[in-house]
Amino acid sequence: MSVSTLGAPARADVVEQTESPPERRKSSRLPDLRRWISPLAIVVLWQLACESGLLPPDKLSSPWTVLQTGVQLASTGELGDAFVVSTTRVGVGFVVGAAIGLGLGVVAGLSRWGDYLVDPPVQMLRTLPFLGLIPLFILWFGIGEEPKIALVALGVAFPLYLNVHSGIRGVDSHLVEATVALGYTRTERLVHVVLPSALPNTLVGLRQSLGVAWLSLIVGEQVNASSGLGYLINNAREFLRTDVIVVGLVVYAALGLATDAIVRLVERRALRWRA
Amino acid sequence: MAGVTVSVRGLTKRFGERAVLRGLDLEIAPGEFVALLGRSGSGKSTLLKVLAGLDTDVTGEATVDGQVSVAFQQPRLLPWRRVWRNVVLGLHPAGGKNVGNKHVGDTNTAGRDVAVKALSEVRLADHADAWPRTLSGGEAQRVSLARALVREPDLLLLDEPFGALDALTRLAMHRLVEDLWQRHRPSVLLVTHDVDEALLLADRVLVLDEGHIAAEYRLTHARPRQLSDHIDVRARVLGDLGVTDRATA
Repeated sequence: MSVSTLGAPARADVVEQTESPPERRKSSRLPDLRRWISPLAIVVLWQLACESGLLPPDKLSSPWTVLQTGVQLASTGELGDAFVVSTTRVGVGFVVGAAIGLGLGVVAGLSRWGDYLVDPPVQMLRTLPFLGLIPLFILWFGIGEEPKIALVALGVAFPLYLNVHSGIRGVDSHLVEATVALGYTRTERLVHVVLPSALPNTLVGLRQSLGVAWLSLIVGEQVNASSGLGYLINNAREFLRTDVIVVGLVVYAALGLATDAIVRLVERRALRWRA
Repeated sequence: MAGVTVSVRGLTKRFGERAVLRGLDLEIAPGEFVALLGRSGSGKSTLLKVLAGLDTDVTGEATVDGQVSVAFQQPRLLPWRRVWRNVVLGLHPAGGKNVGNKHVGDTNTAGRDVAVKALSEVRLADHADAWPRTLSGGEAQRVSLARALVREPDLLLLDEPFGALDALTRLAMHRLVEDLWQRHRPSVLLVTHDVDEALLLADRVLVLDEGHIAAEYRLTHARPRQLSDHIDVRARVLGDLGVTDRATA
């Protein structure tokens, strides 16, 4: 996934800003400019190819046109509206899916019977290519907001479930025993030992599930949509507006990066003890 | 029960067919420092787990009068809690005599003050806000001791707490434990396989074999002791453990 590859250097940068002394902070804040040479060259070549007529605008618009179109779409409010609609879909779908994934993961992780009953069906469903469920979802939920939200929720639930489940199962029994010896009850151990020790895995699951959330949204919006970024893109296709398509893709990418950055921020705060 | 912190009668523990403890009897007086020696698999740690309340699947009788604390071979600190918050864990309401409800420990400054005081006893007060991962092995073990002592236990169970430390750190820890014991005067049961350690620290050395106390030695030398102080007992204990010691023979 391009999101995480792009995110890796940025992460090191963020961590060092908090943990390291000021002189290192300064050097790490300055990105290595050499890494910008080839991306910039690609953009320049792209622009030149468009201007020379090598790339006709109905195949791919020039970066400059894309930028202008982006500004224009933003100023008319068209882009803003689509943004709100798509973000809402992901937001609602994520909340629903996360609640299901977390809930089932905790139940299966904590209780033996929960594991017996919950884990097998979840593992079976997990092997389904969930994006292939779109036809069924359209039959079940129609073509409104529901199938898109359901698709996002389904995509979100599995990575969270798996990571929460294994996080809870992986708790260090020695730590649990130490708190038993101190007189901690089952509930107290859950709060003080089991859940904190499952947190790193849970955050990994969170990052994965957010990546899947955007992916599900994009696929869901391709199939049928009368609003949102996917609609913007599909509509543009009808009129060969490759500039609008690229603007939509850039916004998708930016949203994915932004949510990933938020999770990294949460991780940095919540996992300071690991560093 | 008066005058006895630990009273064990006919304690038997089986793992399937095999009996690890067979009708073991043991008493520990208040403030007494007892060292328990034994070969691996002799049931030392099993006995300790029973006294710690971690193993209740036994027959016979084992009662402890008062609060129990355990320090394990590994420090078992919660890595996501700062050092002082790990110490505060020891103030659980089921433990701690001197500290009121559990919320004392968790959030407010009273809990922190108690923790820092306990940490200063193990000379780690300046590490109160550190994360456990930043501690050395010896430091982490001292935090573990502070966590065990902060609840003012009547019985302190030490399960080979120096076993994973390097030799120099271990010597320093012996002094520290002796010092803490003399200041707080809990009864101590030290499980170890280090004979010298037992002879340096204990009032009484027990040798566990075949699931019961096979030998018992009272040590009377003044503290702090030298390694040479109980050279006669040393040879006999090693004999009990099935080791012939050429150096002292």
